[in-house]
Amino acid sequence: MKKILLLKFVYPGVGTVAAMLLFCLPALAVLGGDQVSIRNDEAKMRASTRVVAVKGYNVHEIQIPSGTTVREFVSPAGKVFGVTWHGPLLPDLRQLLGDNFSKLEAAQRNRRGHGPLVINEPGFVYVSSGHMRAFTGRAYIPQLVPQGVLTDAIQ
Amino acid sequence: MRSSKRAYSVIFSVPALLTACLFVTGCGGSSSTPPQTVATSGQNVMPLTVDAGPDNNYVNGAFASVTVCVPGSSTCQTIDGVLVDTGSYGLRILNSVLTISLPGQKSGGSQVGECAGFADGITWGGVHTADIQLGGETAQSVPIQVIGDSAVPATAPSDCSSMGTPEDTLQTLLANGILGVGQFPQDCGLGCTTQGNPTPPAGTYYTCSTSSCSNSFESLSQQVQNPVSLFATDNNGVIVELPSIGPSGAPSVSGSLVFGIGTQSNNGLGSASVFTLDPTTGNLTTQYKGQSYSSSFIDSGSNGIFFLNHDLTQIPVCGSNTNAPGFYCPDSTEDLSATNVGANGTTGNVDFSVANANTLVSSGNVAYNDLAGENTPPPSQPSSSTGFDWGLPFFFGRNVYTAIAGASTPAGAGPYYAY
Repeated sequence: MKKILLLKFVYPGVGTVAAMLLFCLPALAVLGGDQVSIRNDEAKMRASTRVVAVKGYNVHEIQIPSGTTVREFVSPAGKVFGVTWHGPLLPDLRQLLGDNFSKLEAAQRNRRGHGPLVINEPGFVYVSSGHMRAFTGRAYIPQLVPQGVLTDAIQ
Repeated sequence: MRSSKRAYSVIFSVPALLTACLFVTGCGGSSSTPPQTVATSGQNVMPLTVDAGPDNNYVNGAFASVTVCVPGSSTCQTIDGVLVDTGSYGLRILNSVLTISLPGQKSGGSQVGECAGFADGITWGGVHTADIQLGGETAQSVPIQVIGDSAVPATAPSDCSSMGTPEDTLQTLLANGILGVGQFPQDCGLGCTTQGNPTPPAGTYYTCSTSSCSNSFESLSQQVQNPVSLFATDNNGVIVELPSIGPSGAPSVSGSLVFGIGTQSNNGLGSASVFTLDPTTGNLTTQYKGQSYSSSFIDSGSNGIFFLNHDLTQIPVCGSNTNAPGFYCPDSTEDLSATNVGANGTTGNVDFSVANANTLVSSGNVAYNDLAGENTPPPSQPSSSTGFDWGLPFFFGRNVYTAIAGASTPAGAGPYYAY
């Protein structure tokens, strides 16, 4: 009886929060976005998450069923300042990179051969590397990295 | 006293060194390494050419001609300008260069579509079946990907295009196709089967109508296949054989892709060192300046040696408005050394050079053994999760063996690299 009451109480609450997210964050921008957008990633990637608190930031580790691991680095201000991935399949980069995803196309146009894709702009740093069945990558926004946190930590 | 000690040490060490070199592979120094032999004849030999490719703009691409046929028929087409890639698995051909109609692969009556991810983009298209002729070898009824195929919707599903930018034209793929002959027999593996996942992974296989697609599983044998593993013989791996070139590059280089390892008189391991690979990732470890980088691999389909970044190497990088953005641009060529370490503990030193990429590409050559670039964003501390991508420059002057996972060879089962 108690359990049913609890469920009745919690379930509409979760539903309301989910609805708010859907309506409030239509762009689903993650890198550079607010921490709450990670929930959208979890839902879209059908993934499980664990959060590791590190001095100066939190790491949300998202395990995608395909075997790929995504880590999102969240500042004390609640901003996602970096993302990384490694595993057999590429993650949903449009979801993870938000507006910065559009920069991949321009970088790809510059090439005279295949290899890793590297973008090194003042406001966006990106590397996608690896090979089929073993990809690695990392992206961050230098301006959002909390003071005192080395970008080396984003891995 | 001092000089007699030195004399003793020399007398002792020369025979010791000779003995070691007789029995241990991978002794350093070119004097103890037998000269490279590039196979030019045999049914298991396919010519390779490093040139500007079909888009006439490629740098460090090894291209070959591939013949595809309607299964069991003599309706065939030879397609040149196909990039030979030991970093992927399976044949992918641009629909725009196909003039024959290859039967579509069906699942439950629906056309199978596939999204293939690469570090620099994605390919989208239908899965079709072809007999594939490579040199004198044939693989029958092989699932291949036809990129930009009209049997599936022209626009990739959103969970495919969300993984990268489409490479569905000659201008974006930079080749007429990609021949993936790396260390795995299928492009996805168990992860795309019902044994590997409770639901079909996003951005892999689909069943499609002409207007829409939905995620689907694909059994191992129905996935796009490394055609080498389906040959009747010489099916346990490949050897990429490219001769050495000078430090300023070459306008074109001729070599061979040899099928099989230790199956014919022309594909024995000889004195090559065997570096076994992580069976899941197909990676080995590269050590550089005291740090280990575990996500390293040898990939004929990468056009440079990609490693670390400016902060870690202290090598200047060519500017974004130059002809070689992201590549290294040292004032003078840097001679460097790293060590590859196999999962089996085999270690081998690799001497390599990094030349000024802008100077190289302005020469008009298209084959370089000293073209290198960044592979890591710029934190200044080494990170073991990153790796060395030993691309085509690594291959000039050494025969590089890639053994397929699970295939037996005289040096044991793959996956491994040997050189």
